[in-house]
Amino acid sequence: MFWTVTGKLLDGFALTCLIFVVTLFFSLILGLPVAFGSMSRFKPLRWLTRTFVWVIRGTPLMLQVIIVFYGPSLIWERVTPLSRMTAVLVAFVINYSAYFSEIYRGGIEAIPKGQYEAAQTLGMTKVQIFFRVVLVQVVKRIVPPMSNEILTLVKDTSLARIIAIKEVIWMGQEFIASRALLWPLFYTGAFYLVFCGLLTLIFGKIEKKLDYFKV
Amino acid sequence: MENTILEVRSLSKSFGKVEVFDDISFSLEKGSVMAMIGASGSGKTTMLRCLNFLETPDEGQILVNGECIYDALDSSTHQEKDIRHKRLHFGLVFQSFNLFPQYTALRNVTLACELLATENSDYRTGRSRIISDINSRARNLLDQVGLSDKLDSFPHQLSGGQQQRVAIARALAMKPDILCFDEPTSALDPELTGEVLKVIKSLAEVHTTMLIVTHEMSFARDVADNVVFMDSGAIVEQGPPSQVISNPRESRTRQFLDRYLE
Ligand SMILES: Nc1ncnc2c1ncn2[C@@H]1O[C@H](COP(=O)(O)OP(=O)(O)OP(=O)(O)O)[C@@H](O)[C@H]1O
Ligand SMILES: [Mg+2]
Repeated sequence: MFWTVTGKLLDGFALTCLIFVVTLFFSLILGLPVAFGSMSRFKPLRWLTRTFVWVIRGTPLMLQVIIVFYGPSLIWERVTPLSRMTAVLVAFVINYSAYFSEIYRGGIEAIPKGQYEAAQTLGMTKVQIFFRVVLVQVVKRIVPPMSNEILTLVKDTSLARIIAIKEVIWMGQEFIASRALLWPLFYTGAFYLVFCGLLTLIFGKIEKKLDYFKV
Repeated sequence: MENTILEVRSLSKSFGKVEVFDDISFSLEKGSVMAMIGASGSGKTTMLRCLNFLETPDEGQILVNGECIYDALDSSTHQEKDIRHKRLHFGLVFQSFNLFPQYTALRNVTLACELLATENSDYRTGRSRIISDINSRARNLLDQVGLSDKLDSFPHQLSGGQQQRVAIARALAMKPDILCFDEPTSALDPELTGEVLKVIKSLAEVHTTMLIVTHEMSFARDVADNVVFMDSGAIVEQGPPSQVISNPRESRTRQFLDRYLE
């Protein structure tokens, strides 16, 4: 029995991991333009980006998943709805891009002006200043908040079940209905624990690597 | 006046409605040291920032070695890509050091030199020689400021006085015509100011052209060939320290100094 349950849960966990990896990859990248938009000197762009971030961070991710999945076909009758998985991924990527952009922004804005000015007086170009002076300092500053947010993402993947994605908790819950077993649901917790434990180790390593200097 | 290395002509700067200074002119002889003193808010920092192209003056001209590098009325002197090179006429040592925290003392000194060297046409062929030259020069400079045993230390492992001395070596590495200091010891504990002032004095002895904003009056008197006293955005008095600091003519200078000497 234990192995059948484990097998089933692993099937669900594969989807959990898929949502995690895809979301992480795209929102780490897309967070950057959003961050630069929210710091733009061009007011309309800054205003627009900050409103977007405010809306996304101010509403539940669960609601966003539902809206992305059902919304388009409700508004335009002819639109074929997105597949469930695509809808989840789109909603997650949008949501996490907004969160990551704020972390990037915080990290970039925390760099003292003196760092840029010192580099400028030494004749460095803007590109050199970004890559040689600012970037590592930003990375060092954002690793701790980033780790928090990424651990949250691991657990947020369970929200996908709201539109019937059979991620790991869904699979665990099925055993209640089909076999009247409660323990598989508790067992799913172990998957999250192990996954988050591994990530915590990795983040610890990264922080340690950047420990050679202080900002 | 063929030895004039820096000439500032009728420079003015405002931030919005706040006029920082108006119609300031002075000149600096090659190999000489000028100390700039004045009350807080009198515009000293802003003046140094204008010279280093960190602020844009509203009016006036800046000439280095007789060449006009900035003219408020001539927009061809404002071009972004030229400014980067013009900055190199000046070095700036900040009140708060501003070392790059992720690099060792040695790397702080070499980084910008190496990046600049990549723009040379012979960089590709002579790369290893150029880099080793830059490295040995940097070691010499750090030796000169008394830090030959701290080459591999990171800024957070150094005291404020040591960090400031690295910053001085870093600025010198770019071979500026004029080295500017903005209150180089103001952020330091009193027992650490001595080591930094000593380094600046040793630079004066080898005739490094320097423009030093400072509140250390006895230091200014010792090291400067000329002292400029600024008050509310204007030069009130300038001359040798024996005049401006020891025997000021203007009552405003006297009032200012009285506050410092008590
Ligand atoms: N970026 C800025 N925007 C607006 N006002 C500024 C700015 N920088 C400086 N000022 C103003 O310009 C005036 C001169 O400032 P500055 O820093 O040059 O004085 P200072 O002589 O260096 O003073 P201190 O001895 O305190 O360093 C001050 O009134 C200051 O408030
Ligand atoms: Mg100042």
